[in-house]
Amino acid sequence: MNLITRYLSLHAQEFAGAFGRVLHQPFASLMTIAVIAIALALPSGFRVMVNNARVLSGSWEAAVDFTVYLEMSVDDESARTLARDIEARDDVSRVALVNRTDALADFRAYSGFGEALDVLEENPLPHALVVRPDGGAQGNVAALARALDAMDETALVQLDTEWVERLRSILELARRLADIATVLLSLAVIVVIGNTIRLEINNRRNEIEVIKLVGGSNGYVRRPFLYLGFCHGLAGGIVAAITIGVGLSLISSPARSLAQLYDSGYRLVGLSVEQTALLLGSGAILGWAGAAIATARHLHRIEPT
Amino acid sequence: MIRFENVRKRYPAGKEALSGVSFSLEKGEMAFLTGPSGAGKSTLLKLVALIERPTRGTVLVGNQNTSRIPRRRIPHFRRRIGIVFQDHKLLDDRTVFDNVALPLLIASLRHRELERRVRAALDQVGLLEYEKSSPLSLSSGEQQRIGIARAVASRPELVIADEPTGNLDPELSLDIMQLFERFNEVGVTLLIATHDLELIDKLDHRRLRLDQGKVVDKPQPNTDC
Repeated sequence: MNLITRYLSLHAQEFAGAFGRVLHQPFASLMTIAVIAIALALPSGFRVMVNNARVLSGSWEAAVDFTVYLEMSVDDESARTLARDIEARDDVSRVALVNRTDALADFRAYSGFGEALDVLEENPLPHALVVRPDGGAQGNVAALARALDAMDETALVQLDTEWVERLRSILELARRLADIATVLLSLAVIVVIGNTIRLEINNRRNEIEVIKLVGGSNGYVRRPFLYLGFCHGLAGGIVAAITIGVGLSLISSPARSLAQLYDSGYRLVGLSVEQTALLLGSGAILGWAGAAIATARHLHRIEPT
Repeated sequence: MIRFENVRKRYPAGKEALSGVSFSLEKGEMAFLTGPSGAGKSTLLKLVALIERPTRGTVLVGNQNTSRIPRRRIPHFRRRIGIVFQDHKLLDDRTVFDNVALPLLIASLRHRELERRVRAALDQVGLLEYEKSSPLSLSSGEQQRIGIARAVASRPELVIADEPTGNLDPELSLDIMQLFERFNEVGVTLLIATHDLELIDKLDHRRLRLDQGKVVDKPQPNTDC
């Protein structure tokens, strides 16, 4: 017990020493910490954005609408009846009828083909029903689609999920890119810290020699450098987390107004407690790893002569 | 305490620093290692402290064959030896106290015991009042005494010193040597390399003279009178 407390107090002392050295050379340390913070904030921030887009696309998926184009032969009256019938189904929450006359007017107004349409003798557009399924399992939606397609009046059922699917593939791609960026920038953190530690080892060559001369083991010499790497990495992680937080708060207000325009209560998702812990932890561990590599490579070369 | 048996040391450059050195130093002895510069005094001390390894021959320190000490055990081995350097090798960014405490910290001594020993060592070299100062604020004689305090703080049985008075004037040099004598009186074995014959003539101790890579033992300087 006594030995353990002594061991811990020794480590605490050296840890305090490493921390002191970070404060002792504020400029050099700040530079290193800033670089690490950027390297950590980039992939994490990217992930947060992808995450937000996924949450957003998830909320859209529940509200995927079908567009049912009716046969040209279906008249106004039967289209209205059909709309009511479909709306009565359990698995449908709402049906909107897009009248072919209205559709033509809209098309004329918005498409810019107004004059071309004048050439046509009759309205080429069919009636359409926009069906919103009553949010349920994916299977039900497919069954509903089949049922709608089976109706005599149906010319074509278009499931508006394709663009959601596309968006999801894009997001999946973005997520992969974020993974790659994470790996590369993690390596960058290791390299940056390794280099900082290498310089520190060179600066303290004299001290290392003296410590080895009075009986300091390699482990004893290495420890303060490992703590130094750990402190730098942790500080970089903290700054990265703050950066992401500030960045999100800067865009959260415009994002909310945008969401309101789309009649959505969507809010930006920031870093969760676990993600923040992960960010700080990986910063610290990467710092430690960089220092471990640098000390393994450079410390043994310094022997008293 | 120290025994050399036909020790040779050849450096990679091809220069032979020691060519068949044999001598032994008993426990509690104090001896000067003399000889012209380049005679191999430093090399001999480095072999004792395992900073260098002999090319051939055996070096025994405290009845331990140093060739059997693996690299990773060298730190533990060095903790049992006090080393004093010509340039004292103090760390300028630490206080006098922290410099003297360094070997004790490495040996992970309990805090209270560490403080006690550091103060005792500083008291023995007469510089207790400077414990909070930087070594830079001290004179070179005082710095060397701090170096000696660091060497003896962990109470080693053996202290080796390489030209400890090399940078000091005669009066300060004598002070330092008398300090070593006081440690010798309490049983510490000392091997001190120096080329200052005038200084050691004033002191009555065994001399080991290194010449052309060999030791010529002169047991007592004043046997001829």
